[in-house]
Amino acid sequence: MFNFGIWTSELNNFLMGFLPEWATVLVECVIIALLVLLTYTVLALFYILYERKLCAWFQCRLGPMRVGKWGLLQVFADMFKILIKELISLKDTDRFLFKLAPYLIITSSVVMLACLPWGNGLQIINYNIGIFFILAVSSVGVLGILLAGWASNNKYTLIGAMRSGAQMISYEISLGLAIITIIVFAGTMNINELVWAQDKAWFIFRGHIPAIIAFLIYVVAATAETNRGPFDLPEAEHELTAGYHTEYSGIHFGFFYLAEYLNLFIVSGVASLMFLGGWMPLHIPGWDSFNNVMNYIPSVVWFLGKSFFVSYVIIWFKWTFPRVRIDQMLSFEWKYLMPLSLANLVLMAVFVALGWHF
Amino acid sequence: MSEIKEIISRILPSAVITEGDTLMVTVEEKDWYGFAKALKETKGLEFDVLSAVVGMDWKDSLGVIYYLTSTSRGWDVISVKVSVPDRENPMIHSVSDLWKVANFQEREVYDFYGIKFINHPDMRRFFLRNDWKGYPLRKDYDADPKLNPIPTEDEANEDATVRYVEDAEGNVKEVPGKVFEDDEYVVNIGPQHPSTHGVMRFRASVDGEIVKKVDVVSGYIHRGIEKLSEGLTYPQILHFTDRMDYMSAHQNRHCLCMCIEKAMGLEVPRRAQVIRVMMDELMRISSHLLSFGCTAMDLGATTAFFYGFREREMILDIFEKTCGARMSMNYNVIGGVIADLHADFVKDVKELISIMPSRLKEYHKVFSGNLIAKNRLKKVGHLSKEDAINYAITGPSGRGSAWSCDCRKKHPYAIYSELDFEEVLETGCDSYSRYMVRMKEIEQSCRILEQLVDRIPEGDIRAQVPKVIKLPAGSWYQQVEASRGTFGVYIESTGDKNPYRVHFQSPCFNLVGVMDLTCSGYMIADLITIGAALDFVIPDIDR
Repeated sequence: MFNFGIWTSELNNFLMGFLPEWATVLVECVIIALLVLLTYTVLALFYILYERKLCAWFQCRLGPMRVGKWGLLQVFADMFKILIKELISLKDTDRFLFKLAPYLIITSSVVMLACLPWGNGLQIINYNIGIFFILAVSSVGVLGILLAGWASNNKYTLIGAMRSGAQMISYEISLGLAIITIIVFAGTMNINELVWAQDKAWFIFRGHIPAIIAFLIYVVAATAETNRGPFDLPEAEHELTAGYHTEYSGIHFGFFYLAEYLNLFIVSGVASLMFLGGWMPLHIPGWDSFNNVMNYIPSVVWFLGKSFFVSYVIIWFKWTFPRVRIDQMLSFEWKYLMPLSLANLVLMAVFVALGWHF
Repeated sequence: MSEIKEIISRILPSAVITEGDTLMVTVEEKDWYGFAKALKETKGLEFDVLSAVVGMDWKDSLGVIYYLTSTSRGWDVISVKVSVPDRENPMIHSVSDLWKVANFQEREVYDFYGIKFINHPDMRRFFLRNDWKGYPLRKDYDADPKLNPIPTEDEANEDATVRYVEDAEGNVKEVPGKVFEDDEYVVNIGPQHPSTHGVMRFRASVDGEIVKKVDVVSGYIHRGIEKLSEGLTYPQILHFTDRMDYMSAHQNRHCLCMCIEKAMGLEVPRRAQVIRVMMDELMRISSHLLSFGCTAMDLGATTAFFYGFREREMILDIFEKTCGARMSMNYNVIGGVIADLHADFVKDVKELISIMPSRLKEYHKVFSGNLIAKNRLKKVGHLSKEDAINYAITGPSGRGSAWSCDCRKKHPYAIYSELDFEEVLETGCDSYSRYMVRMKEIEQSCRILEQLVDRIPEGDIRAQVPKVIKLPAGSWYQQVEASRGTFGVYIESTGDKNPYRVHFQSPCFNLVGVMDLTCSGYMIADLITIGAALDFVIPDIDR
């Protein structure tokens, strides 16, 4: 496997050659920040087109076709439009909170993006509590939504925000429990170690029954956590027009929009990290030549490919299912999903204790 | 009929009974409420459906004509005429406690004629703004724009309402009231809202997510069709019907043409009859497909919406080839239809019939069979059979409450009596039943088309009609089964080439009347579901 760490350490040595240490760190931080923002934008553009094309195919349509070949430039046009749109300021809103909300959401999603394992040696921060950190930061996003709904001083946004608060706080429990199930199995929260622990085989295969159950719970909870259909109640456009971001315009709306797509990528990225090996190629114990061939595919491609696959499944949900109602959604979480994840956690603990895994 | 006459003259000897298009009973205002109660409750009469309420201005007096139907007596229809000579402060007793449907109907009459209904629970205008001056459908209405200038300021949320209460001595007192209390959390749904299917506004008082009360605010796109019609000739008013419920364009126009033909005593050629029925059924399929798509979309299943539209496109293509338009087809004319069928018509209809069963299966697979969709639709928006009758909820929504009310069976018109089809009934009384009735009616409509597609007789497509069409003096009422329920047309003529009064009794007007009843106690999301399953079309309300 090619280790991208060689490049980064070369850059580090090169900078250290003529700069003091603090300046090196500063320059490196700036470069990484730029790279993260660039990745963020490119991924968002890709995801917008990805979803539009996928949903068009589900619906017997072609999707955007006019701008560029197969409508490839459509997203750039949209992005440009949203950048030059006016930021409409409203009467009777809480101005400070109204403007703060989109930044809270976008910040939390950028920070989460920076924690993902992009490839072999492409790990920006290597915490010993990496996955825990991602979960913690993801909760900040809820705050942004609640503030947006409250500060807009609109009945629709307020109902949307309350729904969102109820939904995200509930489904975070199942999401967390599904992740804890895997942490119990792996015995670490460090992202790098989590990936290397799947060198032999991915967790979903190694942990078999409880890991598969945890994966299914995770996908359902992640769909709810990202406010996507069938759990898109906070912005249910047929009930609340646009839910919590009804009153936003221009790039502030764009932040909500980008964060929604990027959160889809992030939960898919976490799914691939926790269950599908992160950037680790598909390894089957005993098949050494097969494993070697797999190693030739760059690790970045593995990570992105797995994440796009999980996103595909979540997009598929949205364009197939009707929306659930708030009481149905909450009772599904508290009466079925959470007890199931708790039981699954116990099951996993038993499997680990008795060594019933690969 | 003679039996009814007998009972009526026994109950109210002073009633004047005339036989015209229907049995018409003229009663005095002071007797009206007691007589209405007797009509509803006396054994042998049991007129349990108030089919239409027609406000009238006879210049020397104002009044109302009530069309009543008895479901237990083989759908006999009678009309009752009540009039008051007072033009300054006309008052008639309300029957909204006997037939709940009268609640909105009487508000419409008040709005257009200024007749105040005594003991009506909520005597506000229905379509016009509260500050509107004058009553537009009165014959002496002053339409000077200076009287009612285009408002430049927002309309205040007027929660004030009024009741005219009669005490034991017969004195009528004005009692002010309120639609919503001050501390209620009222959410506006509409007039611009993705799920109101048009420019409709619901003011919903909510407690958290639970809807407590819904107030219907209508009239945003009212075009005054009834008033306009009074100044036009009969062939000229035909095109209005396509613009009321645009998803029942053919049926509505069929109804108006039949009413005029009935008054003229005109025989419509067989070929035209068959074509009309086929177009009606195609329209019904198209309407139910749209309803399927919109229900799915309102519930968040956007993909199913496109599936419904895919097949609807085929029907619109058929219309386009024959009628020259995909919407507002303007196809029926007095005496027949305007143009002959396109050469591809038979082929296209056969293709549609052959693919529909498999496509319906696909809809059930993608939407109706889905657990989430079932949970969202079932046990939501309960409307009992008694309420459906009392609120005169006809069409698929009424049949979803197990009320057999299909006009094609009850008052067979055109060639429906020769056709073999079933009236679809569902017993769930909820949104799911209403939805399923529509899906099954698509099958029945295909069955009707199948019976007719190879048996379109040769012959004229329209009868010979005089250049200037004049109806004899009198009044006529005709009903058809439109896509959303029983559509009625009332015409009163003085023998001129213009009608003296035209009233369109639209099914959707009654449908919004149950929004408050069906939505109370359910959630905001259910309000959208219930609206989608009732499937009202706004231009049909704001005619």
